[in-house]
Amino acid sequence: MDVLAVALAALFAVAAVAFVARPFLAEPEADDDRLAGLTPGEQGRLELLEQRDRALGALKELEFDHRTGKIADADYEASVGPLRREAAEALRALEPLAPPAPAPVEKVDARA
Amino acid sequence: MPGLGSAALVVAFGLVVYAAVAGGYAAYRGRRRLLESATNALFASFASVLLAAFVLLAALARHDFSFSYVASHTSRELPLGYTLASFWSGQEGSLLLWLLVLTGIGSAAVALNRRLISTVLPWTVPILGAIASFFALLLVFVASPFGTQIAPADGVGMNPSLQNPYMLAHPPLLYLGYVGLTIPFAFAMGALASGRADERWIVATRRWTLGSWAFLGFAILLGAKWAYEEVGWGGWYAWDPVENAALMPWLVATAFLHSVMVQEKKNMLRVWNVVLVAGAFCLSLFGTFLTRSGVINSIHSFTQSSIGAWFLGFIAIVAAASTALIIYRLPLLRSRTRLESLVSREAAFLYNNLFLVAFALTVLWGVIYPLVSEAVRGVAVTVGAPYYDFFAVAFGLPLVLLMGVGPLVAWRRASLRAVGRSLLWPAGTAFVFGILLLLAGAGSSPAGLVGYTFAAFVLAAIVLEFVRGTRARHALGGGSWLAAFTSLVGRNRRRYGGYVVHAAIVLLLIGAVGIGGFATTQEGKLKRGQSIEAGDYRLTYLGSEQRRAANSQELRARLAVSRGGKDLGTVLAGKNRYFAEQQTSNEVAIRSDWLRAEDLFVIADQFNPEGSVFVKVIVNPLVNLIWLAGLLFVGGALITLWPDAREQRRLARRFAEEGALARA
Repeated sequence: MDVLAVALAALFAVAAVAFVARPFLAEPEADDDRLAGLTPGEQGRLELLEQRDRALGALKELEFDHRTGKIADADYEASVGPLRREAAEALRALEPLAPPAPAPVEKVDARA
Repeated sequence: MPGLGSAALVVAFGLVVYAAVAGGYAAYRGRRRLLESATNALFASFASVLLAAFVLLAALARHDFSFSYVASHTSRELPLGYTLASFWSGQEGSLLLWLLVLTGIGSAAVALNRRLISTVLPWTVPILGAIASFFALLLVFVASPFGTQIAPADGVGMNPSLQNPYMLAHPPLLYLGYVGLTIPFAFAMGALASGRADERWIVATRRWTLGSWAFLGFAILLGAKWAYEEVGWGGWYAWDPVENAALMPWLVATAFLHSVMVQEKKNMLRVWNVVLVAGAFCLSLFGTFLTRSGVINSIHSFTQSSIGAWFLGFIAIVAAASTALIIYRLPLLRSRTRLESLVSREAAFLYNNLFLVAFALTVLWGVIYPLVSEAVRGVAVTVGAPYYDFFAVAFGLPLVLLMGVGPLVAWRRASLRAVGRSLLWPAGTAFVFGILLLLAGAGSSPAGLVGYTFAAFVLAAIVLEFVRGTRARHALGGGSWLAAFTSLVGRNRRRYGGYVVHAAIVLLLIGAVGIGGFATTQEGKLKRGQSIEAGDYRLTYLGSEQRRAANSQELRARLAVSRGGKDLGTVLAGKNRYFAEQQTSNEVAIRSDWLRAEDLFVIADQFNPEGSVFVKVIVNPLVNLIWLAGLLFVGGALITLWPDAREQRRLARRFAEEGALARA
């Protein structure tokens, strides 16, 4: 290996090590070094939010498919009730956990 | 400077091992700064591999034959484009490309999802680091592209089959597809290791799978175009093991892209989806193993090497670790939702998945059976096209039908009457089209007739979906019909982009059926002035001519072409004799008629001393629809890949709410 190659390789290795060590160099004494994760309770709430969004999304799609004629009236009637119940259940379960200023809940919009 | 390249690879190896080990410890113990440090190591590894790649590229460009790799794959007379493309024409270079793409898109994925990874999926970084460690290990200890020697006067050149413009783009795109499947795998396994089964990992995984799947699909078609032009047998796909190696992960990724919608809409198929992601990644590794190990005979396999055992070991480790993690997390993955009806969109996706995976498995068995037979019984066997053709029809036709039926069936449940009403127009159109084809004489190929009728059914269903959707959007929003149409596609890019991809698959089917069922072949020995007829075409041999190209001697037969008495000019078909490589390649003549989407394909072989030449003429009807399908496929994939601002807002709002709830 020629001298230039050795010098370049060494320079590159030092720069790489400095970059890798940067989080520790920038913050030698971290106030909080923990990864932000979710507690099981928060995970449960997240699942309720997903359930709510899934039901609302399905309602939107059902409305649109009904409008396009893909879904017959009878099929629409059979599906819309359970979906509304599903969304309502998720909203009810989330209600006691709601923060002081509740976030706006997405409206069911058939145009979406 | 081979030393600089080797040193850069050693540094990269150290960095990715650190990313794997330190990242794993950080994820396990929940250490923020250590995870950031491991992430930085992954970023730095990309820079290091990039440096190694520049060293190799510079050596190639300078014809530095003191690099054994450069001398083994190039020559002084090789045109510059192919000289640079020889980066990936050999074993060591293609492994370097694998690592370059892996660290590059791995870094991009981590950078683009930094918040998600630091809060939700910390295990993604060590998983990417571990996979990169395997390839870095191979490059440092087993197959380095920086081996040196006393420089010979000239190199041995490049395999003539690889000297085709499509080979400039096909391997890098293929690798983007193969390597890209690492990212969804890392996200999925990262989510399982972190104990997260919510929607966030699914959204990230789906996007990266879509991208990799699009690259892989387009690369498969570019490879087919290369084979069509360069291998010169008149076909486009030969069920070669290396072609199949790319097809298998593409089929499994296609299955995932459909079934992931069921998880997003219904929270079902959660186990199945992680199995598909892991399966697609393992198959991408298997594809690389098949291409690079030399264990199989293939027109695409240009190497014999000892890295096969390393790959098999790595694939076994990945498969075992993924299986163990999935089993460990089964309680988390079990779905609480059930299939409501066998006549529903989710059921259609389920059927589609079964056919796609069954097809991938039968292809896999066809590829590995010769290896198993030789290893177990000591008997060499080959699995030929009839085996694959049978399963392509058996699984392909129901899949095509499902492409037409699925979009017309509602989620959750649909009455048979409603489905029947939806299918009336597409089925009626297909029936009328089939009758017209029969009257036009297409009954000579029953399989072709069925294929075209099914294609008409799917196209009619797609058109119906666009018409119905545009009409509904127009009724809701008013404005022009064009505005209604663009609004329809813009509001649901995945659905309508998916339909465009379906249309591309139908075009491909039409082209494949055309070439497979209705091609005309004629061959014969022609003396100067003699003619041969194939289909509507008449070709007259005018004589042979020679020309010296940059790195080869070209010998061509000139043939005058006419159709229905109309002169269409001349074509040149023949052979190239490559100087450095000391090899000969067939150079076919292809005259494309884009209006009829057909090709006149001419092979000139056996130039005899008395001046005659043996000519094979093939008329390939509709073959150009296959290449057109490739462009349409890319267009559809781009529509589906385009970021959906409303989905981003929905996810952001949900996580803002989650944060607010956590603080409440």
